Amino acid sequence: MSLYQHTAHQLRDMLRRQETTAVEITESMLERIETIEPEVKAYLTTTPELARSMARVVDQRLKQGEALPDLAGIPMGLKDNMSTKGVRTTCSSKMLENYIPPFDSTVYQRLMQQMSPLLGKLNMDEFAMGTSTENSAFFTTANPRDLQRVPGGSSGGSAAAVAAGTAIFTLGSDTGGSIRQPAAFCGVVGLKPTYGLVSRYGVVAFASSMDQVGPLTKDVTDAALVLNAIAGSDPWDTTTAQRETLDYTAFLKPDVKGMRIGLPKEYFVEGVNPEIKDRINQTVQQLAAAGAEVVEISLPHTEYALAAYYIIAPAECSSNLARFDGVRYGYRSETAPDVVTMYKESRGEGFGAEVKRRILLGTYVLSADAYETYFVQAQKVRTLITTDFQEAFQKCDVIITPTTPTTAFQKGEKVHDPQALYLSDLLTTPANMAGLPAISVPCGFDQAGLPIGLQIMGPAFGEGQILRTAYMVEQLTETGGAAR
Amino acid sequence: MITKAEVLKTADNARIELSDQEAELFTQQLKATLQLAQKLQEINTDGVQPTINTVYMQNILREDIVEPSLPREEALSNAPDPQDGFFRVPKIMD
Repeated sequence: MSLYQHTAHQLRDMLRRQETTAVEITESMLERIETIEPEVKAYLTTTPELARSMARVVDQRLKQGEALPDLAGIPMGLKDNMSTKGVRTTCSSKMLENYIPPFDSTVYQRLMQQMSPLLGKLNMDEFAMGTSTENSAFFTTANPRDLQRVPGGSSGGSAAAVAAGTAIFTLGSDTGGSIRQPAAFCGVVGLKPTYGLVSRYGVVAFASSMDQVGPLTKDVTDAALVLNAIAGSDPWDTTTAQRETLDYTAFLKPDVKGMRIGLPKEYFVEGVNPEIKDRINQTVQQLAAAGAEVVEISLPHTEYALAAYYIIAPAECSSNLARFDGVRYGYRSETAPDVVTMYKESRGEGFGAEVKRRILLGTYVLSADAYETYFVQAQKVRTLITTDFQEAFQKCDVIITPTTPTTAFQKGEKVHDPQALYLSDLLTTPANMAGLPAISVPCGFDQAGLPIGLQIMGPAFGEGQILRTAYMVEQLTETGGAAR
Repeated sequence: MITKAEVLKTADNARIELSDQEAELFTQQLKATLQLAQKLQEINTDGVQPTINTVYMQNILREDIVEPSLPREEALSNAPDPQDGFFRVPKIMD
């Protein structure tokens, strides 16, 4: 087995036993990138020299007998909406094609403290708006499981790189499912933490009340390790929660005895592929056989979540993306005779179609005539969705659902139909609306051999119990260690 | 339901130049999304408080101590048209 095929925790153990070196691991990744990247195209930018120099530092310090953090020498990639000082950060937009951040995001700083070598920046839907990575202004990424299919989105590059073995782990961001949906499509683990657990500082904002950064990994243990590294309050993001830090690996025990698993009937409706529903139900049966208690629950406002999401997220995006005006950074249209024309032309030429659609929708629902009807009503529905979850978690410890209504679809299949693409977020947006943690873990394959993702949601700051459940799912379905 | 004229007005408010073709297409697509949003009107939300943010928010205060900030050259390093330490833009007033 080549080094690139291992999980982060396996490589950590091999480094500690001196069975390999950080430089060897990084070289194995760079070789893998050279081999497979022309087909997968997960990376927008690669940073081999940065990775090599970090790997050399790790080897030096290991030689001196230093105890290093878990992710030292474990190479990673970052979604291209996370600021990396001196390394181009484009958000897959023509608007930021040449943007070089003058500062680091907090999550990148924390991974540098872990001494994790950065392999590069990963493709995404433009400004994180999309579910297939086809909205990238530069190119489309392929699903490593089937190159004709999309990897999901918006963190499609992040999921594809882990599945292809071109990064050991990656970070993505999730506003309506953008970590979990691509994780499900590519057959990897994707965790969206509770809103406020991970700093958003230096991550280009989409919908600030829902955006959250999280790991995409080959197994659940790696997800816990990466979460350990990135979680925690940050003076630069005042929405981060002040809480004691936890070791999430401590929750990873193959034991779900007495755990109450809620199954919400609203997530097993028509429109969700029967093969997926069957696979989820079978896995729940396996959990029940292992001692979990299965509880039928109801989240009655689920069917309204997607509609409310597609009002609130565009409203927040229209406000956040007002900063791209061609003045301080980003694309500027050269020919405009006055400043207002310059704004309009820069934004008209710099943004892609989906971004423009969402800014327009957001601007419209925030306008005086539509504000109460659409925006405030959506925010009230958001309250009802949150209350549904609070009531459900009186009866259960975790909630299990499918992650997506379908498995990975064909490239080009839905690209001209925004509504069809929005449906891919059907089962993931509620967790963002309520700010709750949710993980997608592989639980099997459909008849075409495409991975199926199982979603586990927990109460706020319940990462421990969803990780434990996911760990058990991984044991029962033998899906740990993707990209083999 | 939203009209092409409203889309153009919205685009002007959002400071986005649209081609005629885009305006046509977006009008149809925004109609479809707002149609979906009509569903929200089915719900009685009398007395329900809107959610702005899901976390408990409070003021975060710190001591008023001057800390280093981004040097001017770095702040200007991504500007399309910097000049003499400033951001240069096309003329604002006649």
